[in-house]
Amino acid sequence: MRVTVKLFARLRDLAGSGELIRSIEAPATVHTVWQSLTAEIPSLVEYETTMSVAVNAEYARMAAVVHDGDEVAFLPPVSGG
Amino acid sequence: MSLAAVTRDPLDLQSLARDLEKGTSGNGALTTFTGLVRDHNQGRTVHFLEYEAYEPLAVRALERIIREAHEAWPSAHMGMHHRIGRLDIGEASIIIVVSSPHRADAFAACRYAIERVKQIVPIWKREHFEGGEVWIEGAAADPDDERAKLTAHKIACA
Repeated sequence: MRVTVKLFARLRDLAGSGELIRSIEAPATVHTVWQSLTAEIPSLVEYETTMSVAVNAEYARMAAVVHDGDEVAFLPPVSGG
Repeated sequence: MSLAAVTRDPLDLQSLARDLEKGTSGNGALTTFTGLVRDHNQGRTVHFLEYEAYEPLAVRALERIIREAHEAWPSAHMGMHHRIGRLDIGEASIIIVVSSPHRADAFAACRYAIERVKQIVPIWKREHFEGGEVWIEGAAADPDDERAKLTAHKIACA
């Protein structure tokens, strides 16, 4: 199945792109997507304990199930305001 | 513009206050907060900031904060706009307007809102300073973290 991966701020810089399309095998969770991403871009690993994740623009957990066509976002610590 | 918004356009406090007042006429208090781009940060001379957002989730997070504030201070009604893109020194990055019958709730809800923005809204600032640039990273966003919510509430009621 195909998922759209969105990356922001420094995560986007590290990946070199804010949006990646990736094929992963079902069944998959956000964690599965993250693992395939960090295998490809090891420098992202430093964010594993501080980032937040979202599925289809709703906050989610690493254990959340991902479906074909979903948008999975990885968010570094926020600094709005 | 709706009461919760993320925009690239300059923020308009008067317009947001007018929109909020349409549903809250007769109230005795209107508090506002405006966050401005500061010319210094952690000993660095700041030239300008660039804000980036995960826009659909950022709008939902703003709406969530408005709901939370309304639960904590039922008489308070709130509007909140965050700007993104390049912002120069002195420009407004966020405006919050709260209307309520009495000042205590309006002040508290306003303070609560800005504290929660810094905790859970997926927006990031890139600081361009004298000699370099850096992504600013604050809180690990978790809207379900009750401890963070309680901290914001305590600050609001201090």
